[in-house]
Amino acid sequence: MPNAAVKSCSYCLAFTPELAFHYGNTPYMERQAKPDSEFLAALPRAAQSYEEACRYAPNLAYIGAISVEELSGRPQPWLDNLEPAPVRDGRFGEIMPEDEFLGLMDLCDVFDLIWLTEDFAARVKDRLTARGFWAEPQLARLEKGHALSEIDEEVKNHKALPLYYGGKTAGCCRRGHETDENLSAHVLLENIASKATSVLALMHLFKNAGMKPEELDFVVECSEEAIGDMNQRGGGNLAKAIAEIAGANNASGFDVRAFCAGPAAALIASASMVAAGARENVAAAAGGAVPKLYMNARDHVKKGLPALENCLGSMAVLLTPEDGESPVIRLDSLGKHTVGAGASPQAVTTALAWEPLEKLGLKLTDVDKYAPELHNPEITLPAGAGNVPEANYKMIAALGVMKKQLERADIENFVKERGLPGFAPTQGHIPSGVPYMGHALEAMKKGDLKRVMIIGKGSLFLGRLTNLADGASFLMEKMPAGQGEAAGAVTARDVEEAVLEALGNLAAALSE
Amino acid sequence: MDLANQQRVKDAAEKFGADNVIVVLGSSDAEGAGIYAETVTAGDPTFAGPLSGVALGLPVYHIFEDAIRAEADPAEWENQISMMEMVLNTEALAQAVAEMRNEHGKSVL
Repeated sequence: MPNAAVKSCSYCLAFTPELAFHYGNTPYMERQAKPDSEFLAALPRAAQSYEEACRYAPNLAYIGAISVEELSGRPQPWLDNLEPAPVRDGRFGEIMPEDEFLGLMDLCDVFDLIWLTEDFAARVKDRLTARGFWAEPQLARLEKGHALSEIDEEVKNHKALPLYYGGKTAGCCRRGHETDENLSAHVLLENIASKATSVLALMHLFKNAGMKPEELDFVVECSEEAIGDMNQRGGGNLAKAIAEIAGANNASGFDVRAFCAGPAAALIASASMVAAGARENVAAAAGGAVPKLYMNARDHVKKGLPALENCLGSMAVLLTPEDGESPVIRLDSLGKHTVGAGASPQAVTTALAWEPLEKLGLKLTDVDKYAPELHNPEITLPAGAGNVPEANYKMIAALGVMKKQLERADIENFVKERGLPGFAPTQGHIPSGVPYMGHALEAMKKGDLKRVMIIGKGSLFLGRLTNLADGASFLMEKMPAGQGEAAGAVTARDVEEAVLEALGNLAAALSE
Repeated sequence: MDLANQQRVKDAAEKFGADNVIVVLGSSDAEGAGIYAETVTAGDPTFAGPLSGVALGLPVYHIFEDAIRAEADPAEWENQISMMEMVLNTEALAQAVAEMRNEHGKSVL
């Protein structure tokens, strides 16, 4: 069975404490219920600053400024052991500051939804231009700005939502329709923020892969936002909207949704299209979720901890046909959680980790690293949600004991050797295993890793249509050239080698 | 505890009577289990949900407590629960819930 090569990855964070404070769902709901609450008063003081975000080791591991091994070696808590100097750019992407991100939302706006004040618009244009990252046609999309009085009028009388920078009004997000709640300023702000973060990730993907935007064939978008109006809420194709702004004029796209398992599902769909030859290449991309900003901040504030959840996460992975060099996504051993599998952790772990390996005659110990939900534990532990990746490793190891592949005494070692520290922001779909693919790609190229398993899990009950659990998994593997091709099939490389060998023999015969 | 779940628990207690409802928790974190147990006995400690200021005093147990385990089909326990039993600190979970039940519960099994 042919597979698809993992060619390049990008991972970015957008530092957005003002968006988080005003429109993250936890503070937003609190403001509706108790505008004068102690939590809201304390939250801005607890916020992680941009400099701190750029010195925080898990963030640096996410953007590829440090390796996962380096993160593991850093003293914990990472919160109390910030890196000596802030780092904005990593090998996979960047940590974008909030003023530039508000500008990027404007750059991504094609319906005059984002208005910036004149001063702020000029400032962000200078800032984005100075980065030397954005193309001229993209920068030309930035507006000149509006008078503050116009923005105040939109907010006061037309249900626009103010956008802030440094505690002051920097602009607003306007509604897309007078009565359609699906096109309210709130929904559109979430959607355009997701779009902008995806564009950022896609642009970094082009840079990392050394490809021109025009060379991209297809985008599969896999965030958790619903794009559409009252007649088709969730109608979608955020993918194409992203490709348009990124300058991928020869690409088309579609969206995949599966809650937090969306990225794993999108990569399987993308890899299948590439392996089948239906698409020349595919970028699977996901943007960040504004509602999830400061999701657990109530617990962080209560415990006197920094409120870390003020970064939107985004990522993109480029898949191409197998080339004999790049690691592949194996399509002969995909993990799926069936309707009848059951919702217990045991049933889910069996379906996603055990069954795909059993299909190949492999053991749980044949996988070098597992990448399940990679939530940063310094965010989840204070909120009572535990250390999510560690819990997953223990479950996989315990399953190994039940299947008699491991001794009970080996559980701790299994977790240590085959586990990873959680380093992804708690943005729902973002931690779903995929953030490790960039690190795995690098390690496989160096020969340090052979096989990893990416696992995404979704909580379908949140949509109130089913109580079923869900998940998807796949193996990413460094394969010797040609091994992934159909057994016995003759590849172009085989023909080339045979012709060269015959010509060599002929030359040798003639010279004798 | 999730606001919708708080409402479900509250509705069930009102519909069937607090004496006819048992809450069985499956939380993997002792602190979280304690908060859930507090929510269905003393009320929502975060004052965010429908159980804010509502002390239902329900009998709440963690699935790993002996009283609940004794009710389970051993084969199903093996299929669905035994792996997690190996992974989690079952004693801490049971204790966290029992403390809240003993302190705020109005009835026990």
